[in-house]
Amino acid sequence: MNRFYAIVAVLAAVLGLAVFALLRTGGGTAPAAAAGPPPTVTDDGFRGYTLGQGSAPVEIAEYVDFECPVCASFATIQMPTIKDQLINTGRVRWRFRDYPLPIHKYSRFAAHAAQCAGAQGHYFDMQDQLFSHHQWAQTGKDPSDLFRNLAQAAGVDLKAYDTCMQAGRYAQRIEYSRQEGDSLRVDGTPTFFANGTKLNFRRLPGSDDFKVIVDSIIAHRH
Amino acid sequence: MRHRQAIALLALVGLFVALYLWLHALGFGGAIKCGAAGGCETVQTSQWAVFLGLPVAFYGVVGYLAVLVVALASLRPAALAERRWSVMLAALASVGLLFTIYLTSLELFVIHAICRWCVGSAVIIAAIWVVAVATLRRELLRPTSPETRTGPVA
Repeated sequence: MNRFYAIVAVLAAVLGLAVFALLRTGGGTAPAAAAGPPPTVTDDGFRGYTLGQGSAPVEIAEYVDFECPVCASFATIQMPTIKDQLINTGRVRWRFRDYPLPIHKYSRFAAHAAQCAGAQGHYFDMQDQLFSHHQWAQTGKDPSDLFRNLAQAAGVDLKAYDTCMQAGRYAQRIEYSRQEGDSLRVDGTPTFFANGTKLNFRRLPGSDDFKVIVDSIIAHRH
Repeated sequence: MRHRQAIALLALVGLFVALYLWLHALGFGGAIKCGAAGGCETVQTSQWAVFLGLPVAFYGVVGYLAVLVVALASLRPAALAERRWSVMLAALASVGLLFTIYLTSLELFVIHAICRWCVGSAVIIAAIWVVAVATLRRELLRPTSPETRTGPVA
């Protein structure tokens, strides 16, 4: 019996050390905009980049995390159809809000890269690059150089991009969006709101799900 | 006694698996160690990673801790012959197994991603359930010992 408790103690110690090592090796150096505590927040009035017409009867707000694989999957698989069927037809305006999850090392950094590209009118080009080359999110390596390449491919002027990134120009804007998500009880990514109402899906939604929701909202307006 | 010891050791391993996932969900450490497929990130960042406002892994920590405490308590000399400890272990394991089946079905049919740590935890709770139920069944089928038998003696 005493031998059993010795085995329990040794196993607990080994497992404790293993968990400590796993958590410790997950850290490491990170670019300035991705490291450290979230910045203090000032509202600059920005409420996210939008796709679609301002007169669209339905607005979908998506709280997105660039490092989230589900967000990447949604952006690359579902969004093209949603653009064709709902956004380009004038029925939906799609608003992108940042919600970098704390468990993601480079999520805030990626959001900042997209904002810096957005300052040059290339937000959606950069978003496409970040989501369609999503392997960066799986490696755990510093993606600074890769993001510069992606920014270049998105048509961004790298000199202005570098200045923007080094200054952390949009860090407060991203944190404001995240805190806004917290206040709206965003509990994962992607989370969607239709005309301000949170949408609860039992699975990752597809274009058909949004078509049903949009049809329903428009039908109730008449 | 061996069966209860096995349950205690399995619960200890499960506890640390759940603890790692919970601490990760709270923001400790960087990217989760999950292999190149990245299924853990997909699962951990989905909306189903939170249950009743708390990370799912937290319930794993509480559940495994409960099984561990009950298993260790059932190993006291005074408790070894008591059937109620086996009933408690089987009940706890059944609750854990049902919750695991629910979570695994979400992974397979809703999220469409498999987290290796979650699979590991599912294997552990399934093993605990098998051992706990087999132990309880054996105790229920065991004839009452002559010392505790009541009634007239021929």
